[in-house]
This record gives sequence, structure tokens and C-alpha cells, in this order.
Amino acid sequence: MGTIVLLAVIAGMVLWVIGAYNGLISLKNQVVNGWKQIDVQLKRRHDLIPNLVNTVKGAMDFERSTLDAVISARNRAVGATGVQQTAQAEGELTQALGRLFALTEAYPDLKATGNVAQLQEELTSTENKIGFARQLYNDVATQYNTRQMQFPTNLVAGLAKASPAELWEIEDANERAVPLVDLSSNKPGA
Amino acid sequence: MSDAANLFAQQQSNRRRSTWLTLGFILFFAWVGFGGDLAFYLLTADARDSYHHVFPVIGIFSVLAAGAICWYSWRHGAERVLWATGAWELIEPATPEQKQLMNVVEEMAISSGLPKPRVWLVPDADPNAFATGRDAASASIAVTEGLLAKLSRDELQAVVAHEMAHVRNLDVRLMTLLAGMVGAIALLSDGMRQAMRGGSWKGGKGGKGGKGGSALAVAILLLWLLTLVVAPVVSRVLAMAVSRKREYLADATAAQLTRNPMALASALEKLEGASGATNSITRGAAHLCIVDPAPGILSSKEGFLADFVASHPPIRQRIIRLRGMGYQQAKREEAPVG
Repeated sequence: MGTIVLLAVIAGMVLWVIGAYNGLISLKNQVVNGWKQIDVQLKRRHDLIPNLVNTVKGAMDFERSTLDAVISARNRAVGATGVQQTAQAEGELTQALGRLFALTEAYPDLKATGNVAQLQEELTSTENKIGFARQLYNDVATQYNTRQMQFPTNLVAGLAKASPAELWEIEDANERAVPLVDLSSNKPGA
Repeated sequence: MSDAANLFAQQQSNRRRSTWLTLGFILFFAWVGFGGDLAFYLLTADARDSYHHVFPVIGIFSVLAAGAICWYSWRHGAERVLWATGAWELIEPATPEQKQLMNVVEEMAISSGLPKPRVWLVPDADPNAFATGRDAASASIAVTEGLLAKLSRDELQAVVAHEMAHVRNLDVRLMTLLAGMVGAIALLSDGMRQAMRGGSWKGGKGGKGGKGGSALAVAILLLWLLTLVVAPVVSRVLAMAVSRKREYLADATAAQLTRNPMALASALEKLEGASGATNSITRGAAHLCIVDPAPGILSSKEGFLADFVASHPPIRQRIIRLRGMGYQQAKREEAPVG
């Protein structure tokens, strides 16, 4: 009888270790995948920018400094490695692009040609996708980090070669805000 | 974490409801079939020379038919709904508006963490949108051409987010099954009434012999007829009741996905303003849409009757709730982040 109980306890522990290990590995892969999603969009943005610069170059010759800022920010972003550095460089690129788009508003002819409007739509969409992919990445990365630190999962963290994933920090305070979602259905409108 | 739990509970509830719905549907058909058999049996039991109805042919046939309808709604329900609206699939976007729609759908797919659904355009000038499909992998989102023309980028994004919310919560599964079944019941009820008028009352003559048997037969027949008359109404009310609750939840999820509740509020305002009917969307698919395609007086009112028949909560109420979320967001942006 005693041996059966002992065996059952050991079997239970082994099963738990397998489950915890697999859970961590699955989360790790989700984090890697989340980062890839961001990477695809970042690459797309880097590819679109030279097109945009070439299209507006002729019309906006005297805004040279803004264009140069976009190009140099883009080149720095392409060379960035690691989450922290990439986040920093991409943030600067977003700001440089924002300034460029603000300037294009002053050139109605430029927007009327269609090409610029099209490029702007593509860049807007890519930027949105980066934002949403970042949200997703941070969510799974946080889940992964929490899981590997919590007891008793932390006991198998070494086995799964788990190390904390870096979060993509947001430096713009406006972007931090999350809308408050109220799911209570029978509340009279506030 | 509680978000994930919430979502999981919602999906579970939709799976459960889909199963119950299918079971109820088959049971209803079994009652219609075997009830008819019983009535016929009682009516023809004492007849000396004429036909005796012993083997429950109608019952077996109708249960098989119900099973077939369920299977069909499951496999091809989404295609049928799309086909009925005359939608065409957008694969290669030709105009800037179509490109924008494609981009917005991709954005919302990333935001909700789901595969990108198929995108369809309904040739209708009235703005409306709906989602259909079995699950996230087979989902489709359809918008009318009027919607594309009338909404700004942010508003379009909000509407697509609302539809993605339906996909993520698995509302689409229940709704698409319901669309197939509501249609089938309406068809069955109409067909039976036609058959009754066609004069298949021969059984009535044979039943004159035994008094007790015929009284029971008449009672069953009456009950049976009553079910047939009431069923289309009940099934539609059911469809409406199921869809109304989900709209608030989908609005809230959409606000979460876009982080921009105000855009959905202004989109709904525009949809409400365009008071015309979406003619290409038939009544059977009304509960799938973001706003009621055939708005009546009731769609703008609260109250018992409106609660009973409207497929959607009053738009005003939805806008007020979204505005509330928007103000909360603005207030927190002003305050230092803690």
C-alpha cells in the first residue's frame, strides 16, 4: 500500500514538472513570435520610408532638414539591436515621421498626386500595426516573466532555460493610457 | 489575467449555447415529426379499410432533416449568409478606400491576436457591417460600400474592431447557426401551412369511429398546429435576445482593441444618422449586423416591447456608454500616471 502511494506521489510530481516546463516553453515561444510580429512591421516601415522621401523630395526641397532627420532616424533604427535600443530608435523615427507628415499638410498639391496619400496610408497602417503588435508582445512577455518568477514554477525555470524577456517601454505618456472598460451590463448610462 | 479568464468564459458560454441551440432545434423537429405521426396514428387507428398510419415516417424524416440542416448551417452557414447579401470577397484592393479597409482589418487582427479574417464588400449604399463564421480561422468580416464611403479611418477601425470582438468571443458561431436555423424554421412553417391548405385532411374522415381517440388526436393536432404557428416568432425573438446582450460586450472589447472608444461612438452616430434600411441584408441575418439593418421606431427606444423584439440595444445607449469610457480615458491621461 505504502509503495503505491509513494509511486502515485512521484508520478504526480513528474506530471506537474512536465506540465510546468511545457507551459513555460509555450509562453517563451509566444514571446519570440510576438517579437517577430513587431519585427516584420518594423522592416516594412524601414522599406517604405525611402519611397516616401524620394516622392516628396522634389516638392519639399527647402524642408531638407526634416527629410534628413527622417533618413538618419531610419538608418539608426535599421542598425538597432535588442529590445531597449530598438524601442528607443523606433520612437525617434516615429517622431521624425510625425513632423514630416505635419509639414506635408502645407503642400496640398503633394497630397493630390495620390502617391503620397497612398504612402501615408501605408505608413499609418504600419505604425498602427507596430503599436498593436507591441501591445500583444508586452502582454505575453509580462505573463512569461511573471510565470517564471512565481513559486513553484520558478523551480523549473532553470530547466526550461527561462530568462526574463525585455518589455518594449513606451516613452510617450499619451500612449500609456488604456481606456477603462466597463462590462457591467445593467448599469444606466453614466 | 482576468481578461483572459473573462474571454474564456465568454467563449465557453457561446460553445455551450451553440450545443443547446442545436439540441433544441433537433428536438423541435422531432416534436413536429413524431407529433404529426401520433396524430395521424390516432386518427387512422379505427378506420376499417383505409390507410393505417403505424410507422413514424414523418418523425424519422424530420429528425434526419433537422440533422442535415444543422450540419449544413455548421459547414456552410457563413457562405450562405454572405451569398444572401450579395457580398463579394475583397482580395486585391483596387481603390484607396479598399486598401484602407484591408489595412484596418490587418491591424485589428494583430491587436486581437487572431488570424486575419476574410474581407467582403456588400454592394449597398447604407452603412452597416457584420461578421460570420464558425471560429476565428474561418471567420469573415463584411462591410457595405456605404460604410466605406461614410466613415473616417478611425471610425472604420472601430467598426472592424467591433466585428473582430464578435469573432474573438465566438459570437459568430452562435449567430451563424441561429441564422441558418431561423431560416429553416420559417421555411418549414410556411411549407406546412401550404400543405394544410392543400387538403391533406383525409385522416379526419377516418377518425369518426372512436370518440375518445379522436378527441386526443384533435388535442394533439391543435397543439401541433400551435407550435408551427408560434415557432417562427419564438425563434426570431430568441435570435434577437441572444444578439442584444452581445452588442454591449462587443462595443467594450472594440474600445479595448483600438484604445479609442470615441471613434466607435462617432461611427455609431453616423450609422444612426443614415436612417435608411440596408436592403441587401435580409431579416434572417439582421442579428449579425452592427446596427439593425431595418430600423423601426423601436430601435431607438428602451422599454419592454423594445426589449422583446429589437435585435440591438438602442444606439443612443451604446453611444452613451462608449462616451463614458472615453471620458474616463481622457481623465486618466490628464492625471499623472501612477
